[in-house]
Amino acid sequence: MTKPSQRIAILLSALVLSTGLLSTAAMAADDAVAQGKQLAFDRKKGNCLGCHAIEGGELPGNIGPPLIAMKARFPDKKKLYDQIWDATARNPMTAMPPFGKHGALSDKQVELITEYIYTL
Amino acid sequence: MRKYMSVLLAASVSLATTNVLADNNADAQELKDYFIKKFPGVTTDALVNGAYALDEGLYMQWQDVEENFPPYEDFVAKGEEIYNTPFANGKSFASCFGDDPSAVRVKYPHWDSETQKVVTLEGDINKCLQDNGEKPLKSKKGSLAHVSAYLAFEARGQKVNVVVPDDPKAKEAYEQGKQFFYAKRGQLNLSCADCHVYQAGMYVRADLLSPAVGHTTHFPVWRRKWQLADKNEDGFGTLHRRYDGCNKQVRAKPFKNQGEEYRNLEFFHASMSNGLEINGPGYRK
Repeated sequence: MTKPSQRIAILLSALVLSTGLLSTAAMAADDAVAQGKQLAFDRKKGNCLGCHAIEGGELPGNIGPPLIAMKARFPDKKKLYDQIWDATARNPMTAMPPFGKHGALSDKQVELITEYIYTL
Repeated sequence: MRKYMSVLLAASVSLATTNVLADNNADAQELKDYFIKKFPGVTTDALVNGAYALDEGLYMQWQDVEENFPPYEDFVAKGEEIYNTPFANGKSFASCFGDDPSAVRVKYPHWDSETQKVVTLEGDINKCLQDNGEKPLKSKKGSLAHVSAYLAFEARGQKVNVVVPDDPKAKEAYEQGKQFFYAKRGQLNLSCADCHVYQAGMYVRADLLSPAVGHTTHFPVWRRKWQLADKNEDGFGTLHRRYDGCNKQVRAKPFKNQGEEYRNLEFFHASMSNGLEINGPGYRK
């Protein structure tokens, strides 16, 4: 005979498991956004806050524009990816480092950061 | 292909250096005008205060440290002591630099027509030691920076006056320094000018970017960051130590201290402050 609290725990984990199965895709997307955010905020990785204000980020720089309304500014998500991968393609004089082109971030990392930035 | 490219590059560089007459004072004036326009209310003379010239609150805090608790005083005194201590052969630094220690700093950097090189103060301090049978000092910090700090302190208030003589090799060295300053480098693809000309006055995280005019006047610099990292709490570093740090920050391989690249960069960089007052050594965070 299980105790009521154990029974609730089992029930809850079953519930969590089934929800998970139903929305694996949604969870993966959330996960990509979370990983992207971590990379974006990491000073040794994206360090986006070095130059851009981002909601929830402390002491941002202001060399680049605040990262807001990204879907309106980049209707095509691929263009945002390209901008992070190599901003010099559009403007050779830009102060934005070509993160992908110079290998500061892997293509996968640029992809994850793009997923996060696109939610802003 | 690579060989061909480098020949082409060399050809274009030599074309550039023979066709363009280097006028360092015109370049300096152009940069000063640019900053004065960019920062309304800031005078050219105030640019010696670096980023503090751009923010009154930061300026007040900084002045408080400079005037009331300059943390570098003991180390400037050390520099004076080293400067006045005779070498084993009985001579001293005065045998190289003359009897007036306040007349030394302002002579550097300069073009040496004999060796066809840019000579820096730190380079000549070590040359003086070696010419007198002494061991040279490490070139980034420590005793060399202390002697340099003493000579800068003695020269406070005098005006920077870097001369690029009418010698094609001197002009080439100046142009190479200028080229270094404006060329993008490192994994982050940033030039000196990206941060200290175009983006001067903007923030990288919480750091206010300083204008390039007025940079070299306060060197050697005493940085709190270096003080905290040093076991003797010695915050002094030479201009080339700072170049080293800047290059690392943009993830570029630093060049050799007192090597040709940094000496030529110093030649250009210092000459951008022509006419401004020497205010070294300066405190920075």
